[in-house]
This record gives sequence, C-alpha cells and structure tokens, in this order.
Amino acid sequence: MTFLIQQTLRYAVPLMIVALAGVFAERSGIINLALEGTMVFGAFTGVLFVRLTQALPVFAQAKAAGNWVTLQGYELLGMLVAALCGAVFSLLLSFASVNLKADQTIGGTALNLIAPALVLFLIRIIAGQNTLLIDGDAPSWFMLKNSLFGMGRTEKGNFLWETFVNKNYLATYVCILLFVVLSILLYKTRFGLRLRSCGENPQAADSLGINVYKMRYAGTTISGALAGLGGFVYALTTANCASTGEVAGFGFLALAVMIFGNWKPLNIAGASLIFGVFKCIAASYTSLDINGDGVYWLASLPISGHIYRMLPYVITLIVLAFTSKKSRAPKAEGQPYDKGQR
Amino acid sequence: MRDKAITLWNKEGTRSVVASLISILIGLLVGSILVLVMGLFTPSLGMRGAWDGIRLVFFGILSTGRDAAGELTFGFNGVNIGNMLFRAMPLILTGLSVAVAYQTGLFNIGAPGQYLMGTMATLVIALSIPAGSMPKLVIWLLAFFGGMLAGALWGCIPGLVKAFLNINEVLACIMTNWIAGNLVAAVFDGSRFRNMVETTKTGYIYKTTFGLTRVAAGTGLGGGDYTYVDGAGVATAKMGLDKLFPGSQINGGILIAILIAVLVYILMSKTTLGYQLKACGANRHAARYAGINDKRNIVLSMAIAGALAGTAAALYCLSGNTEYYWTSAYQTLPAVGFNGIPVALLAVCNPIAVIFTGCFMSMLNVVGLQMRNLTAYNEYIADVIIAVIVYFSAFSLVIKNILSGRKKRRSQASAPAAPPDPGPATAEKGGEGK
Repeated sequence: MTFLIQQTLRYAVPLMIVALAGVFAERSGIINLALEGTMVFGAFTGVLFVRLTQALPVFAQAKAAGNWVTLQGYELLGMLVAALCGAVFSLLLSFASVNLKADQTIGGTALNLIAPALVLFLIRIIAGQNTLLIDGDAPSWFMLKNSLFGMGRTEKGNFLWETFVNKNYLATYVCILLFVVLSILLYKTRFGLRLRSCGENPQAADSLGINVYKMRYAGTTISGALAGLGGFVYALTTANCASTGEVAGFGFLALAVMIFGNWKPLNIAGASLIFGVFKCIAASYTSLDINGDGVYWLASLPISGHIYRMLPYVITLIVLAFTSKKSRAPKAEGQPYDKGQR
Repeated sequence: MRDKAITLWNKEGTRSVVASLISILIGLLVGSILVLVMGLFTPSLGMRGAWDGIRLVFFGILSTGRDAAGELTFGFNGVNIGNMLFRAMPLILTGLSVAVAYQTGLFNIGAPGQYLMGTMATLVIALSIPAGSMPKLVIWLLAFFGGMLAGALWGCIPGLVKAFLNINEVLACIMTNWIAGNLVAAVFDGSRFRNMVETTKTGYIYKTTFGLTRVAAGTGLGGGDYTYVDGAGVATAKMGLDKLFPGSQINGGILIAILIAVLVYILMSKTTLGYQLKACGANRHAARYAGINDKRNIVLSMAIAGALAGTAAALYCLSGNTEYYWTSAYQTLPAVGFNGIPVALLAVCNPIAVIFTGCFMSMLNVVGLQMRNLTAYNEYIADVIIAVIVYFSAFSLVIKNILSGRKKRRSQASAPAAPPDPGPATAEKGGEGK
C-alpha cells in the first residue's frame, strides 16, 4: 500500500502541475499544445544543470558529508533552472501566437517537434549516447531517506512517515504547494481575474484597460515555467534523473487531465490522482503488492503487460466521452486577439 | 513577359510557395547556425567539422562520401536519391493524410496510430496466407487494402468521438496513438510472426518476403505443417526503378504514392464529396444549414485520412526490405506519422505540392544520415531543421501578408507600372524541383 501511494503520487504530481500549466495558458486564451515539448526541454535543462554543477565543491562536499539540507536546496535550484528554461522556451509559442497571430495548434506542434529533436541532438554530442545521465543516481543525491533524519538502517517509522517522508522527494511537496498557491493566484487575485477575462472575452477586457497581449504573455510564460518544472520533476522522481528526449506522452496526458478537470484546479487535482493510479499500475504492475501478502496479483493475471500500459489512454478516452458534453472551455481560447476586431 | 510575371506574382499559390520557400530557407539557416555553434564549442568538431556539417546541411543529398585526403566530395549519388524517393513514399502518404484532414478543418495528429494499425494489418495478412495458395499479386493486394482499411477504421475513432461526443480530435488522436502502439505490440508479442530465422533479432517481425510455406508434416511452426521461407513471400515490384538508382531501396511504391496524391487532388478539388468535406471544415454550422450532413463528413474525412496513413504503412511494409520491430517495455510511435504534419503544412495542404514537400523532407532525412556517417554530428539535426520549418510555416500566413503588403504599398507609390520583383517568381520554379 505504501508503495502504491508513493508511486501514484510520483506520477500524479507532475501531471497535476503540468495540467495547471495548461490551465494558465488556456485561461489567458492560448492553447498550449507544446506542454509535452516544454516538459522535454525542462527535463533536459534541469538534468544538464545538475550534471554540470554537481562536481562543484559545495555540492560534492555536501554529498560526501551527507549534508541533506544543502542537497535539498540543490534540488530546488535544479527545479528553478528547469522552470526558467521552460518559461524561455514557451516565449517561442507566445511570440508566434500573440505577436504574429499564428495558428496556435501548429505553433505548439512545432515546439513539440523542436524540443525532442534539439534535445537529442545536444545529448548525443554531450554524452555520446541517447541518454543524458547525472553522475550517480537521483535517489542517492536527492531522495529523503530515514538515515538522513538520524534513524537507524533497520528502524521504521509509522505508516504516515514511511509513506509520505521516507523515500520521497521534496520536489513532490514543493509542486503541491505551488499548485495551491498558483490556484489561489488564478482565482482569488486581481491578476488572476484579469488573466481569465482575456481567455473569455479579450475585447471586453481590452475596453476596460487590460493589456491583452501582456496578459497572454504572462499566462503562457507561467505555463511554460510550470511545464518545464513538471518535466524536471518527472525526470527526477520517475526516470532516475535521466533525460532521453521524451516524457512518455505526459504532456498530452496532462492536457487530457486539464479537459477532464474542466479547467478547474480542484477537479484537476482529483483527475490527476486517478490517472496517477493507472499510470502507476501500467508502470509497475509486476511489482505491485496491493494488500501486502506477497502476491503480485496484477502480474499473475493472464493479461499482456501492453494492455496495462494501454489503460491510462483508454480510460482517458472513456472518461472524456462521458464528461465532454458538460465541459466548458475558455471561450476565446485559440483565437488570436486582434485589436481591430470587435 | 512583365505582365505574366505580375499575374504569377498576384496568384495566391505563388505567394504560398514563396512563403514555404522562406520557411525552408530559415530552417536550413537555423540548422547551419546550430551546427556552427556546436562546432565552435565542441573541441572535437572545430571549425573544420562545422564547415563540413554546414555543407552537408545544404548539399548532403549530393554527397558521395570522402576522398582519400578526407575531404567531402559531391556529385550525383544514385543511392542517396533512390533512398530519398523510397523514404518519400510513406511521407507523401502520411502528408496527404494530414492535408486531407486539415482541409476539412481537422488536425490529424493521429497518423502514427493509423500507420501502426496499417502496419499490423498488412503484416498479419501478408504473413498469414500460405504462399502458393493464391497468386502473389492477390496476396499483395489483400495485404495492401487490408492496411488501408485498418488505417481507415482507426481513423474513424477520433472522427466518431469528435462528431458525436464533441471531444477535441487532437486529444482523441493522441490517445488512439498510444493505444495503437501498445495494441500492436501486444498482438505481435509472442505471436508466430516474430522473426525466428535470424536469431540475433528479437522483437522483429518477418519481412513480407518471407512466405508461409508448406513443409513435411510435423516439422514446421509449432510442430505444424508450415514454416517461413525467405523469398517465398510478396514484395512490391521494382518497376525498373532499381535500374535507374542502382543500390538503393527504391521500388514501385513511390509511383503508387504519386498516383494516390493525384487521386486525392481530384477528390478534393473536382468532386461534390470533396466540396462537401471542405465546406464542413470551413464552417460546420453553415454547411449543415446548406443541407450537408456534417457529422457524416467529419467521420468520413478522418476515415480517408486514416486510410492514407494506413496505405503509407502498407507500402512501406510490403517493400520487402523493411522490418517492423517493437521494444517490449516502451512503445515508441513511428516518426513517419508525425512527419506527415510538416510535409502537409509546408505544402499548404495541397495534395500535389505534398509530393514535392514529401521528397524534400525525405531529402533532409538522407542529409541527417550523411551527417551521422561522415561527421561527428548526428541525424537529429534533420529533425531540428524540420521542426524549425514547421514553426515558421505556422505563420506563413503572416509572411504571405507581408509579401502582398509590400507589393500593395509599392503599387500605390508608383502607380501605373509598378515593376514587381521577378526574383521570387523564378526562384519558385527552381525551388519546386526539390
């Protein structure tokens, strides 16, 4: 059970934060199809940052001395770098769709093509193979472990401690905190109201003195930062801090989560937990011991592993089929804003 | 002469071609800059490596390797051009798939999934019918149309959910892609179609040149009467093209692809059905008001798009020198499906232009391979260039407006005889040959 919850959180949290990235862009009126590409780019820059800086004395010594506070700070720094790079990358989308009024679907698709191509091109030159790894592994650098808190090797905490602290990453909780803060920003502040108005009726917003272009830039840039961050967190917590030029369709799944969640943060949090469970089953059905009796029930069923891997996508389609009639997208999403049009 | 140039320049099509050419040029330039920057910052590459790389980006298709002194040599290379045309074959068809959907207002990002389903149907049919039980041509045709049909059926799914449940087709296409990827792997994993003759290849399916052949009772597959024999199966006829480009993979499939492109052009531009499909894309509600069944047309256009992607897979699998393989842990989607998007966008979704842009994209692929073989760079530079081209073709409309705006201003300034710049018009003719 502990394993199931931990793994589910690990898959759900990147989904949640990237789905929120989608919400910020769409609420401002830009369809951000480039979430997948931005995640790939964020994962790459984050991993590259760790790879380049981990030999620095301050981090290497902290690792050697087991100074986990510094290492957690290092992890946060990596997340910050990935978020910044994601934000810069998304400027390509906002420039094309705000200033040049280009087709947002094509622009997003282009970014989805650019990111893996560029990342693989660079990884091959930097690392000589198709995977960019850090020196050592992610758990030894960044994972929260019982030993860090002065507990013995065999000592075990209670259920809550074992589930939510031991063998978890700080990144997970930072993302949850960010999710809450940014949802409040979007729904309870003046800035959030203005941003949302640009996605519903930009002409009316403009007539009230809101700069639609600026708001759309803000929405897309926040979106890019969150997607880049989500990409790095995904690579850190589920891919052992390796960048391979893909994130297994997580960006697109996040889009589905966003639509399923009806563009609302609370629904999105719930939706991403559901998807997290299925993704967790798909990824680790062979080692999933649900009730702790040592029997891997899912693996013992006569079902091909490919079927489990297919599940998250089938469920998405089915769920969308039931919810899409009620779903209400921001009214002006996908339409370039032209001041001359009323 | 000047009048002719003016009429040509004023045509919508000309501007589209010029806008696409500008996108291509920018893409190649960005690729060159990337090569240059990486050359400067990577000691093992250096200026020399960068210069070689840039020359290959532009003229890689004509590369004939390196001479004794280690210098790049250029000239006519039949293998490269033959391989370019071979790789263009599926790209043209997936490009058509995206183009048809786009003309009808749908964004078909599901070509990879439709392509995979086509692959599965074609391979299963070609490898299931015992050789000799019917003429080879019949088996080939069955496999070909089986692939087409499977693609069409898979394309119907996003069409149906879009028409009846109002689910965004982009999302439905992406989900069906991953479902198809895992479904195909599940079908082939553990099946009897796995290549057991060449034991070094795990996770590979037999080429279609392997035919199910009757042997003495009890010695073949699973103790049965049949086993796979190389050369007994089917493959697309070469139609003499291998004489033209000796040593390359080319076969008659490219001619079939071009024929299909022409047929699609006729369907979309010259028939009532094509008009209805496009009307639905332009304005679904207006089309319904005019008495066109919009739901049927959405499903139909996705089915046509899927059939084209399935055909791409059928021709590619039936060429006899390609193998399908999958990885057991993680199914990647075929790049040729996604690359149909740039092919279609660069061609402004014109079926005839798709033939040329398909060849251009496959040329970039060949260039990428030359980069990997001849320099320390790798083939992903071709993908970067393609992606940049797509990015710029996203605002080809803006480029077009700038082009026509410049002309307007100039004709206003010097009223009667504004000499239009003949440069782009001639460049267009030269560029189409790509």
